[in-house]
Amino acid sequence: MKKIVIGLGVLGIYVLYSLGIRHQNPILAKPASLSNGNGASAGSGGSSVATNNSNSSTSGGASASTASNGNQQSSATSSNSSAYKDGTYTGAVENVYYGNVQVAVTISGGKITNVKFLQYPNSHYTSVYINQQAMPYLQQEALHSQNSNVQVISGATFTSQGFIQSMQSALARA
Amino acid sequence: MKRSELIMGMPITLEIVDHKDTEPFNKIFDYFRLVDSKYSPYKKDSELSQINQGLSKENWSSEMSQVMSLCEETKALSGGYFDVYSDGQIDPSGLVKGWAINNAANLLKDWGINDFYIEAGGDIQISGKNESGELWSVGIRNPFNIDEIIKVLKLTDIGIATSGTYLRGEHIYNPHDRTKTPSVIKSLTVIGPNVYEADRFATAAFAMGSNGIGFINALPGFEGYMIDENKRATYTKGFELYVA
Repeated sequence: MKKIVIGLGVLGIYVLYSLGIRHQNPILAKPASLSNGNGASAGSGGSSVATNNSNSSTSGGASASTASNGNQQSSATSSNSSAYKDGTYTGAVENVYYGNVQVAVTISGGKITNVKFLQYPNSHYTSVYINQQAMPYLQQEALHSQNSNVQVISGATFTSQGFIQSMQSALARA
Repeated sequence: MKRSELIMGMPITLEIVDHKDTEPFNKIFDYFRLVDSKYSPYKKDSELSQINQGLSKENWSSEMSQVMSLCEETKALSGGYFDVYSDGQIDPSGLVKGWAINNAANLLKDWGINDFYIEAGGDIQISGKNESGELWSVGIRNPFNIDEIIKVLKLTDIGIATSGTYLRGEHIYNPHDRTKTPSVIKSLTVIGPNVYEADRFATAAFAMGSNGIGFINALPGFEGYMIDENKRATYTKGFELYVA
């Protein structure tokens, strides 16, 4: 049970984290500001929301969606936080849409006192930023596999002579 | 009837619906072989290889001069992102493929053939209707899983081309900074008035990285579907009109 609760807390952090990147807030994306808990506004707000989420099993997504607006600290209490067992827990590596994330959560006095990012995607801010500049003329969606039969397929070709030659010349130098 | 052959290092497929004879197939594949013999950077006796070995401009064939001026025009239209010069060598492959498919499609039309498609290495000219008398259904390949289709389009009388990367290697470079590979973008599919236009601007826009889709959006008559390395698609508003 405790592990489930902690797990949900970690999940909340994942959701928050991915939304944070989507909102192109570089402060939120830096692990230092989260682990300090006293970084700039969005960073500290994000940290407290994630902590609060660990107490309510289903509100992770909803709370996270408002995280970019800042403070949620007052909306939750730590009534059952004493259920946590002190220690540091390492989460599994998770793909959070923008790349892999792995965190370690430290519990002290029954509360989450530190969240450390062991892995996080760090190369995407620029692209997200630029894409948002182009809005609202552009639209976005996640990729979905289609099952329909098609008559012909468009895709980048990788069997070209050029590629093969380039590979061969590279390998020859290796 | 449908036929595929391996020419220019890639599979080329032609399907014709409104004619039954094999003659157009032979002629079209012969045409692609002719293009390959002239423009291949890998055939030592091709005109392109001779140019790269120092054949002076006055001795270029008029068609080669024309192709080179199309490359220059594309470079200007794309703010320098389309560039056929690399390491002192000229390689117009980024334009020749779409140009050749489009020429082949025009040959078919000259012969009175209207319901067909020609696909070469993922770039396609679509014409008329399919054998059911409907729009052709065209898939966009998932760059993360080549066995998967992530979009189905219904198209007629239009060109579509995709530029992309192979696994972790990149095959299109930013000519303004060759050390900077456009790795953020996985693939960019462009729909345009014909496959020549779609292909050259897909190549140029892909080299622009994240800005490429904005470039396509600003081009009248073009639509684009860009997939980034986070498995997220960004597309132009008019693109939806083609989605099945």
